[in-house]
Amino acid sequence: MTRRLAPSVNAGSMADIAFLLLIFFLVSTKMETDHGITRKLPPPADDDPAETIIKEKNLFKVELNQLNELLVEGTVMEISALKDATIAFLDNGGESDGLACDYCKGEGDVTSSDHPSKAIISLINSRETNYATYVAVQNELVAAYIELRNREAKRLYGISFIEMKKNLKGARNLNDKEVLRERIKKIQSLFPEKLSEAEPRNQY
Amino acid sequence: MSKFKNKKNTQLPEISTASLPDIVFMLLFFFMVATVIRNNTLMIENKLPVADQIEKLDNKNLIMNVYAGKPSSRYKNIGSEARIQLNDKFADIRDIKAFVLAERASKTDALLPFLITSLKIDKNTKMGLVGDIKNELRKVHALKINYATKIGEANDNF
Repeated sequence: MTRRLAPSVNAGSMADIAFLLLIFFLVSTKMETDHGITRKLPPPADDDPAETIIKEKNLFKVELNQLNELLVEGTVMEISALKDATIAFLDNGGESDGLACDYCKGEGDVTSSDHPSKAIISLINSRETNYATYVAVQNELVAAYIELRNREAKRLYGISFIEMKKNLKGARNLNDKEVLRERIKKIQSLFPEKLSEAEPRNQY
Repeated sequence: MSKFKNKKNTQLPEISTASLPDIVFMLLFFFMVATVIRNNTLMIENKLPVADQIEKLDNKNLIMNVYAGKPSSRYKNIGSEARIQLNDKFADIRDIKAFVLAERASKTDALLPFLITSLKIDKNTKMGLVGDIKNELRKVHALKINYATKIGEANDNF
């Protein structure tokens, strides 16, 4: 019985073809994924905004001037010190009567914020402020919130807030997801992010 | 006479390249999986600031990119004032509204509430321009924004 072998296909140029494709993909794609500081803008301003009265002591004024200097409550501060100052303000829990904040670990200073849910950070920047400085300040403010939320999440559920968020993304089970989502909401409500940004100023 | 074979003429056996295509294909597949197609050619300088409190944006479909910065060296004729870039061309502050609406129209309704605007702004830009962009975004209710940054210590910005 004679066996006929099919002639083998020359695969020598296969590598060249694959290289071509490879180089095409190297050139036309990029590696990095997007990341950054996520924020929510306030909805467009109404014509007649409702007057709300905010106590001076519940307001934490952070100002960036045209020379990229940081002023916190009217005094110059280094950006590296902003996080601790923000934490001290948010976690103060100055209210002493019925509505007192029972999870705050701050000093309870009567001249600082009453309760984390009332504490508002007001961020004002000049039109001439550098974007990098602004991002650094936003970063520190977010860091302050995250640190406080981590603390509370650890106390209540034994796991940090960041871990919880990561787990939520990875969770497959619907029940687990629901529980996690509830917990994240609970932690967020303990330290709600209240950041007000005024229109940029030209001068002061 | 084979005993006295000339040793100089013996050659090394050729190295087989049969597995070369497989290796290259492996690399190719790695790149196809791990990367995404570039969609915008930047006409501006775009050195992002650094931050460490960052969140990852996973779904590429949900991101609208707004770039801003000084025109790059190829476009010096436009001037050195910081400009906005939307979809491969320089844009005016007024074009942002139209851009957001066009992006929205290209997405399915189910995705609309999850759209995020990624502000990819050069770190040497003045906040005036950034504030204007944010104002325009507010007007069209594109309220979810993300200041695109690199990973690093915030103090490295200076």
